Amino acid sequence: MTAVVDPKVVADPLPPRRSNRAWEKFRRNPSALLGGAVVAFFLIVALLAPVLPVPGPADTDWSAVRKAPSAAHPFGTDEIGRDVLSRMIWGAQASLLAGVVSVAIAVLLGVPLGMLAGYLRGWTDAVISRFTEALLAAPFLILAIALAAFLGPSLQNAMIAIGLSAMPIFIRLARAQTLSVMTEDYVESARAVGIGHLGLIGRYILPNILPPIIVQSTLTIATAIIAEASLSFLGLGQQPPAPSWGAMLNIAKNFLEQAPWMALYPGIAIFLVVLGFNLLGDGLRDALDPRDT
Amino acid sequence: MLAFIGRRILIAIPTVIIISIFVFALQHMLPGDPILVMAGEERDPAVIEALREKYRMNDPIPVQYLAWAGAALQGDLGISLRTQQPVLELIGQKLPVTIQLAVMALIIAILIGIPAGVLSAYKKGTWIDWLANIVALSGLSVPNFWLGIMLILLVSVKLGWLPASGYQPLSEDPIQSIKVMLMPAFVLGTGIAATLMRHTRSAMLSVLKSDYVRTARAKGLRERVVLVKHALRNALVPVVTVITLLFGELLAGAVLTEQIFTIPGFGKLVVDAVFNRDYAVVQGIVLCTGIAFIAMNILADAAYRVLNPRMSDQ
Repeated sequence: MTAVVDPKVVADPLPPRRSNRAWEKFRRNPSALLGGAVVAFFLIVALLAPVLPVPGPADTDWSAVRKAPSAAHPFGTDEIGRDVLSRMIWGAQASLLAGVVSVAIAVLLGVPLGMLAGYLRGWTDAVISRFTEALLAAPFLILAIALAAFLGPSLQNAMIAIGLSAMPIFIRLARAQTLSVMTEDYVESARAVGIGHLGLIGRYILPNILPPIIVQSTLTIATAIIAEASLSFLGLGQQPPAPSWGAMLNIAKNFLEQAPWMALYPGIAIFLVVLGFNLLGDGLRDALDPRDT
Repeated sequence: MLAFIGRRILIAIPTVIIISIFVFALQHMLPGDPILVMAGEERDPAVIEALREKYRMNDPIPVQYLAWAGAALQGDLGISLRTQQPVLELIGQKLPVTIQLAVMALIIAILIGIPAGVLSAYKKGTWIDWLANIVALSGLSVPNFWLGIMLILLVSVKLGWLPASGYQPLSEDPIQSIKVMLMPAFVLGTGIAATLMRHTRSAMLSVLKSDYVRTARAKGLRERVVLVKHALRNALVPVVTVITLLFGELLAGAVLTEQIFTIPGFGKLVVDAVFNRDYAVVQGIVLCTGIAFIAMNILADAAYRVLNPRMSDQ
């Protein structure tokens, strides 16, 4: 499920002193730090994939088909003798890339639309809001599956499908935040001294609506990683032989009795990275909550 | 109340129109000519032209949309390319299976999520609260298709307690039907239980701070009575609304759960339609789930007004 940030929680603008306080609060939250550490670990592993001393993700060894974990293959091998650890390390790239790119698509499309609706109000707001409600009406994964099906199965299309499906959350959030910031005195003052629309949006509104957007992005990355794994599990994401945790699980389910390790490790990896982003997102939300500062 | 529901239905009409435009536009997103995709192996120009006429592809796009929407309004969502059955009939056949799965999952989620949320709020700051939060966050982070695979491995393959797959209609053999559906329902219910736990905890925390709970305690009522009769009853108002809104999550979760446990329901229909390029079925499913979701939203608002009488004069 996509957790949705309560607009009231992080509605206030973020002056420098408050950002210091937020950082202090974040630093003292062990679960947030744990989440950050887990995410950092997976990011480093994904980035270092090409230089880590493991076999290539597509290297097959026909003499080691479905071998249990051993010193040579710490996480065992798959149905055609590929090293599961290596495929998981390379699979981390696909998962994290999908999480980050799809959320970037959702933010880059959703935030400007939401700001436009909140800033202009009237008909623009009505049209954008109805459009958002329509998109929100289709369950996230069903929408992503339908889009991925029509766009064609590939990691790139899965990212577009997930990004478009996650976009309405950001439209709603940015709209609510913009409406709230627009009533602040400093925006009124800026308008009174004749600052133009672009100046108002760029210098006064955008910086002040960013904290909840950052929190929501972190939580949505977690949802997007599960969505990518789900699409790849269904065969609509990363295509073989390229490694992806979801696609590995799809194959592993056919060899549960003979090679349970094929299903165990990729699932643990998805769970840990998603838990990491959820802990980080919860920590950021608590740190940026103006009600507690 | 009827006037409120009527007003909400009127407001929902533009949203339904936008959903229908989106669903209609899906077929135009297909790379290349959608008719050639629909025709599959068939390359006879006469057949292709007949299909083009049948689907009014020679008409301007707005005319095509109006014809499609007009038919959809009369319940004609097209014909499945694979089974040659009307799409609506196909959805109607599969839906009861998914409803059974969803209801069982919801019961499991309520039985786990609400007591866990109450306990966690009541014991705020203790190890019980901490543990309940960690378990809930884990429930939200675990991919349900992986949980399903692991449970099949443990409960079916290793222990042999429950069947790994299959479906038995409830009307034919209720006991066997529930037994077969138990594991999938648990898998689908975990994420929902976690969501319910978090909402119940947050609602209970705010209710436990209220004056009437303090008064009830001051009157010397037993703690269990305070907790269940005074606190939980009020805390459940927002939770009931959340349950109504979890419909979308249940449907989406059912797609993967039914795939793993080979349950012939709505979710499996979506996946099979996607892989058979049965686009009319995919379109029909998105349209139906969208409309059902809007209906559930209206129901959630109505339930909230019934449970919270202060809302009714607003």
